[in-house]
Amino acid sequence: MKINKIIISFISAAVILLSTSVVSFAKVVGDKIVLGAAISLTGKYSSNGVHTQNGYNMAVDRINSMGGVKVGGKTYKFDIIYYDDESNPKRAAQLAERLISQDGVEFMLGPYSSGLTKAIAPVTEKYGVPMVEANGASRSLFTKGYKYLFAVLAPANLYLDVAIDLAVEKNNGKPVTVAMAFEQDAFSQDVRLGVLEAIKRTGSKQVIDDKLPKELNDMAATLVKVKQMKPDVLVVSGHTKGALTAIRQISEMKVDVPMLAMTHCDAAKLSKQHGKNSQYALCASQWHKTLTYKDDFFKDGMTYDADFTKEFGYAPPYQAAESSAALLVFKDAFERANSFDQKKVRDALAATNMQTFYGNIKFASGGQNVDKPMVLFQVMCDDGGKCENKVVAPTKWASAKLIHPIPSWSKR
Amino acid sequence: MISVQACLDGILLGILFALIAYGMALQWGVMNIINIAQGDLVILGGYIAYFMYLYGIHPAWGVIVSPIIMFFVGIAIYKLVINKVVDRDLFISILATFGISILFMQLMNFAFGADVVLANSDYGTTMLFNNNVVLPNSKIFSAFISIVFAICLVIYMKKSKLGRAIRATAQNARAAKILGVDTEKVYAATFGINAALCGVAGALISITFTIHPYMGLPYTIRSFMIVIIAGLGNLPGVAMSGMGLGVFEEFADYILGTEFRIGSVFLLLVLILVYRRFKLSRKREYLK
Repeated sequence: MKINKIIISFISAAVILLSTSVVSFAKVVGDKIVLGAAISLTGKYSSNGVHTQNGYNMAVDRINSMGGVKVGGKTYKFDIIYYDDESNPKRAAQLAERLISQDGVEFMLGPYSSGLTKAIAPVTEKYGVPMVEANGASRSLFTKGYKYLFAVLAPANLYLDVAIDLAVEKNNGKPVTVAMAFEQDAFSQDVRLGVLEAIKRTGSKQVIDDKLPKELNDMAATLVKVKQMKPDVLVVSGHTKGALTAIRQISEMKVDVPMLAMTHCDAAKLSKQHGKNSQYALCASQWHKTLTYKDDFFKDGMTYDADFTKEFGYAPPYQAAESSAALLVFKDAFERANSFDQKKVRDALAATNMQTFYGNIKFASGGQNVDKPMVLFQVMCDDGGKCENKVVAPTKWASAKLIHPIPSWSKR
Repeated sequence: MISVQACLDGILLGILFALIAYGMALQWGVMNIINIAQGDLVILGGYIAYFMYLYGIHPAWGVIVSPIIMFFVGIAIYKLVINKVVDRDLFISILATFGISILFMQLMNFAFGADVVLANSDYGTTMLFNNNVVLPNSKIFSAFISIVFAICLVIYMKKSKLGRAIRATAQNARAAKILGVDTEKVYAATFGINAALCGVAGALISITFTIHPYMGLPYTIRSFMIVIIAGLGNLPGVAMSGMGLGVFEEFADYILGTEFRIGSVFLLLVLILVYRRFKLSRKREYLK
């Protein structure tokens, strides 16, 4: 009886030991390449966190069903271990540690938002774990000399500088006056830096430079100033709440500006929540379905849009598209490295030069993607009140002509 | 003209703050509980109006529906949590309501998602002074509704039996109990009324501003501040300090810059707390 018990406990101990040892070599198990990701499934970033996860999942399914990843003559399939970082940077850093040191993950996908990516990057860097991220655009991520961080998206300072150039162009090359309202967070402040550079470059003038609080839901005071100063361009960036608050109060206070440029319009579902009031707003976007980039897995933006909508029941915001692109980059790098050695994969990632449905991808030494410009779309509504986002800049991809200046409220 | 605009914006905003603060003052005065979850009750009220809007009902009806639902939410919170801590010291009640606040945030996040949402009233805009001053009608509407509710509440507290019982309990719980007031019921009703007020305010906020599961705390802080400026059981004081705070915020925003808006509120809070600490150290009293 006693001996039986001892034997059973021995066996179970051995089983536990075996199972944990398998887990700790989890980078490639059988025919699976296991990637790790901490994603905001709860907390304030959870909606974009879910977009990110859906984007990853969509690409994993697509790559796996279309032949997987070929390394060393063998075919592997992607698998992702997800943890919920609760939109909390500290938690994200802990989870990155856990993924790497406990789960044995050797390749990581990024979380949602610049702040969380900033929290995770030192950890992946410490362990030499290559991370391809798709949702951290803050410029400070790319100036720290990280060697294992690769971002498929354009850095934050490139979001809205195009708008200033566009305004100058529309002003017959003459400088313009710019009003700025940016939230006080890493991302928006980087967008602001980009705008400041564009202002300097074009000899334009800033007339308002407001920093919006994180609890932002009222920017009436800023808009009163805008009404007084009558700038040529109003630039607003404050994630989804910034975009929603701006449109609501601009329409309520009848603020007339010739050009209004923002970020996060599609994440805020502007045209759905505000309808015609959001008309003529210019929005910076990493991606738009009408862009004509192509790849073998998702074909092009339109097909991606249709497939994604079919699978998840809503149209993909750019956060989902760029997340899918991250997997394509990993697949490409594994195949070129022809190995699972982290250093070799890292070098292969650094040498990436490819086109995906999301855009061209080529990394600068800081890890940011330098081969994909931002696009600006403008919200355009028909008489029935149905609104659509149409790309207006850069001209290469423009599917509609920019409406400028914005008609005044009294004429709408 | 700018100062007229800022003043009017501030006053309209302040009236709304005052409504939330009045609920807090009531609860504080009657039960000596500082409700950290106040702002979260407001946001929950806002979501009720938002969901009505989603289903095609005009969100203005939220000011009727939301308080009714929130009244029962308030009573439920009282029965489940507050009546277990109402006789403990202030620290425990703050901790308990802080816990409720976190729970509400996460539940709202879970149930409604983390998207920032708003309910469109399509009320248009009022232009004054040759179009130099612009007032969104939604703000005027919310100030008006806040005043209506405040007046109704004052009359109710003066005239009704329950209102008198609440005031008696606030003045001296022991004496009220001896004279036959069911203090347990009074406490529950007070919590319910506070939650209902939060419901009204939330519905108004969803019409005028935006709502988000994690946006409750600034409302708690503001109402806390208004109450400590005005003192407990001082409705005109609450109204005045509410409007004062609204105007102060708008001017701080305009003069110092938007980045100092919430910061200046906190600074003011610290100054007032230092100034009024003696008044806050009044003797606590409760009865079960």
